[in-house]
Amino acid sequence: MKAGSNLEKILEKGQFAVTCECGPPKSANGDVIRQKAKMIKGKVDAANITDNQAAIVKLSSFAAATILLKEGIEPVMQITARDRNRIAIQSDLLGASAVGIRNVLLLTGDHQKLGNHPEAKGVFDLDSIQMIDMARRMRDERRFQNGEVMDVPPKLFIGAAENPLAEPAEYRVPRLEKKVVAGADFVQTQGVFDVERFEKWMAAVRSQGLHKKVHIIAGVVPLKSLGTAKFVNDKVLGMTVPDSLFERMKKASDAKAEGVKIAVETIEALRKIEGVQGVHIMAIEWEEKVPEIVEKAGLLPRPVA
Amino acid sequence: MIVGERKPVAEILEMTKGYDRIFVAGCGTCVTVCLAGGEKEVSVLSSLLRISGKKTGHKVKVVEGTIERQCEREWVGEMKDKVKDADAVLSMACGIGVQLVAEMYPEKPVFPALNTTLMGFPTKHAVWLENCRACGDCMLHLTGGICPITRCAKQMLNGPCGGSLNGKCEIDSEIDCAWALIYEKLKATNRLDWMSKIQPPKRWDIAGHGGPRKTVKEEEVVP
Repeated sequence: MKAGSNLEKILEKGQFAVTCECGPPKSANGDVIRQKAKMIKGKVDAANITDNQAAIVKLSSFAAATILLKEGIEPVMQITARDRNRIAIQSDLLGASAVGIRNVLLLTGDHQKLGNHPEAKGVFDLDSIQMIDMARRMRDERRFQNGEVMDVPPKLFIGAAENPLAEPAEYRVPRLEKKVVAGADFVQTQGVFDVERFEKWMAAVRSQGLHKKVHIIAGVVPLKSLGTAKFVNDKVLGMTVPDSLFERMKKASDAKAEGVKIAVETIEALRKIEGVQGVHIMAIEWEEKVPEIVEKAGLLPRPVA
Repeated sequence: MIVGERKPVAEILEMTKGYDRIFVAGCGTCVTVCLAGGEKEVSVLSSLLRISGKKTGHKVKVVEGTIERQCEREWVGEMKDKVKDADAVLSMACGIGVQLVAEMYPEKPVFPALNTTLMGFPTKHAVWLENCRACGDCMLHLTGGICPITRCAKQMLNGPCGGSLNGKCEIDSEIDCAWALIYEKLKATNRLDWMSKIQPPKRWDIAGHGGPRKTVKEEEVVP
């Protein structure tokens, strides 16, 4: 065990993991996290706390992850390289470990130009691969990025993100491999709608044996409405909603129910793909649907690790 | 070359307000080539200042002059008579030129007429693309001659981010993804193996984050 987190134990046992996204509020209202925590408690193995997602200022991921811990939910604390340099990131990794946060997801981050402070100075001291490599060395070699040795290393289960369907597609698998070499223990993918295309990516992943070196958790984004489908398709980077799903959302008399149904079907399809070890449900501001989706997908009760 | 563009006239008028004798100084090198601060642009801006002076009833004497390079002491020294006769200098050079003129004529106010925008080359007539940030540790030999420090919005050193889509950057679909270009170039030159090598964190201290930089060619320095 590298960090001994619940998520790590479940994945190491070969059980199918369930994580979900838990977005912090755009205010100082910590109760939002507490409420979301109550909704998902016992329904997921861990919950991701996003780090100023889409470069929009939110309550910090460190604070929100701490709140989740107190609520009895294991956090996956996301850290981006956009707003922090190597000093701040290492500091946060030490602090996270010290308060009991064991899972981290290290990302380069959405560019600040896309967010609500487009005039901000981006940091980007490191990229995601360098962050992963640095975190692994801290944990395994007890070394800071500069080579200095620390006496108590952080306990971290290191996650990476991957966007399997972004072009140029031929480079996505080598890039995943680079993250694995750098030290990623698990990978959470961007939301998958086009299972067929994802399956092809997974075949390429398997051909390199990467599914045996890293735990792959496939992303699922439940569609709340036809508008969400359009938004995801047009605005969210690297996510494409196939025409067939647009049609289903259009025709549905109850769009929300249809969205849940599609999510459940997607999970069932993903589960059958060799090498997929879990799903990551990103119900954006729709976390209350997570329990229903997990239940309908036959993933309850969650195992006790 | 160093590329710039003229500031809005209103901003220039605001900074030169109250000065009666203005020397508009052009630079004959980079900013002439990029059509921002050469002889022709000096003439246009000077006319604008004179017209504005007439309109507002503020009598302003505008003197024009363009030297070869405002970033070299010898050339800037040649401006001395025109500078002496003026009570303000409006430099149409890049930021480097403005600073050297200001340093060499400490008693004169020196104002910038341009915004220095980038270092790059033209992609077609009158369009310049940023290519170099003077980061102090060139890695173009590893990236197919395409600079990720300059041309990747996140300055990624290990391949494209997840926002790269169809060869375009996540911040603007009009901007090429530097790493898509690098990938294609390395592929075409049989160097794709480089893509899998993990590049360590960059030394940003020598890229400008370690305080002001200085380059010294020791053997040439006269004590």
